[in-house]
Amino acid sequence: MLRLERISLSLGGQRLLDDVSLHCPRGTLTALIGPNGAGKSTLLGVMAGDHAPTHGRVQLAGRPLGDYGIRELAGQRAVMPQDSVLRFAYRVVDVVAMGRAMRDLPPDEDDTCITQAMQDMEIASLATRNAQTLSGGEQARTTFARVRVQATPLLLLDEPTAALDLRHQERLLRLAAEWAAQGHCVVAVMHDLNLAAAHADRLVLLDRGQVVAQGRPWDVLDASRLERVYRQPVCVLPHPQRGCPIVVTTHQEAP
Amino acid sequence: MISTLRRHRRALPERPRSSRIAPLYGALALALLAGLALSATSGVVDLDARSLLAAIGSPFTVPDDDRVAHAVLWELRLPRALLALLVGASLAMAGAAMQGLFGNPLADPGIVGVSSGASLGAIAIIVLDIDTLGAWTRPTGAFVSGFATTWLIYLLARPSQAEGDNARLLLIGIAINAVAGALTGYLTYLASVEQLESLMFWSMGSLASVDWTPVWIVAPLALAGIVALRHQAVPLDLLALGERQARHAGVDITRLRLALMALTALLTAAAVAFTGTIGFVGLVVPHLVRTLIGPGHRHLLPLSALGGGLLLMLADLGARSLDPPNEIPIGILTASLGGPFFLWLVARQQRGSR
Repeated sequence: MLRLERISLSLGGQRLLDDVSLHCPRGTLTALIGPNGAGKSTLLGVMAGDHAPTHGRVQLAGRPLGDYGIRELAGQRAVMPQDSVLRFAYRVVDVVAMGRAMRDLPPDEDDTCITQAMQDMEIASLATRNAQTLSGGEQARTTFARVRVQATPLLLLDEPTAALDLRHQERLLRLAAEWAAQGHCVVAVMHDLNLAAAHADRLVLLDRGQVVAQGRPWDVLDASRLERVYRQPVCVLPHPQRGCPIVVTTHQEAP
Repeated sequence: MISTLRRHRRALPERPRSSRIAPLYGALALALLAGLALSATSGVVDLDARSLLAAIGSPFTVPDDDRVAHAVLWELRLPRALLALLVGASLAMAGAAMQGLFGNPLADPGIVGVSSGASLGAIAIIVLDIDTLGAWTRPTGAFVSGFATTWLIYLLARPSQAEGDNARLLLIGIAINAVAGALTGYLTYLASVEQLESLMFWSMGSLASVDWTPVWIVAPLALAGIVALRHQAVPLDLLALGERQARHAGVDITRLRLALMALTALLTAAAVAFTGTIGFVGLVVPHLVRTLIGPGHRHLLPLSALGGGLLLMLADLGARSLDPPNEIPIGILTASLGGPFFLWLVARQQRGSR
């Protein structure tokens, strides 16, 4: 679905991404992880078509990303930003519907799809609220519902769970994983390694613009590798029920 | 099937607030008709209902017995009321679109400086005695300099990801108004006595001595602008998410920006070319409509046009009937209504942001 070949990106004399290659097939949820400033959001920006890479190629559904028109691209990928802006007092339902406004989908499905997305994120009761007065978490849920109704084969999420409580973190990622399982492709920037390990099929660990490791959670989340990249000692344990790895920080100072 | 879907961008679904939309259209349309009738019947020359009806019934033939009524109605009052309607509709619609473009409810052609930029072009045409396009010369000059001004303002006050750019936009408005004012002053200094007289009304805005010529010129410009702007309603809604998110959702920001700037400049130029700068209509009307039906542009734009037309027609009626037989310049009237409103808006916004 999405293929990046030897991507480099320099902005203002700074090399933000260095020789990044990765492939996100249909049916998978990929999580981009790494310390602050590793280039996760920048990489997501390249995938979204916001920045054209300095070197390398990005292919979306077999075509170069740069060949897509703006509206055509909006039919292929949706982007959930880290923080959302809203400049006028639209209602929550209006904001969710904006995700679909420029899509060429059968109009009679709009209402069901919008209602479903709002129920999924438990914001149906806020439907007629002024979206400017929402809390951070409610805003994030509204934004996720908006990008969901855009109904694109590629879904890019930039720290989707940062503002959410435990229940909605789980809910959002389960919905994202479900979307992926239906034959779509989801890529999410994540800070919480445990959430990433629990829900993603594949992890991509970035450090200073380079891919340090990629693969299944147990393969990527290696204690000594994480200690090196994050400069913080950690323990990696199996989850008592899910069997996926969990990462906890430990006391002793790094040498 | 696909191709028909492609052409129709879907509007956002309508729920509760929509119950207010249809009555508002109806009320505004009725009020416009009533205002038009009132404008036609009231004035310095008293016309009785019978001669008025006779005049309305015969637009093209002048009855021998009632020449005055016919002339007053068809040569003075109607073109004037219609021009007020067109100018008000253009200004209010330009205001609504500009607020969407800048993502700022305080944007208005007058405050931001587009009106003074457009007037500068019209004044230059007058003072420099340019007459290449006949009666169209002045609107063309107003459009060109109005468009250039909008572009400049947008480059300087481009809405960023962060909110709260109000101060910046208003400061730029002050500077643009000052520069345009200085250039206008210089042109005024160059002007002959004869030209000075026709320049006078720019500073205050006036609908006095209007005949059919400006109506025929402004009408197609205003209508074209209004129809074209109405097509940008959905992208304008998405623009409220910020430029980046709007692009992700499928809006071609560069094209939208260009279209909006050209259309607001066109509407402002149409409004300014013959009547001078009339302020605050573009600020007050969209704001009121938004509080009634919400910010969705599909109805905000046409309802603002109706409301702006009504407001300016009534203001013109007031301007010529408050102190008969003299006329208060209409720009002074709208400014004395709109100025305090603007202050209230700024004060309220400040409270809201804390």
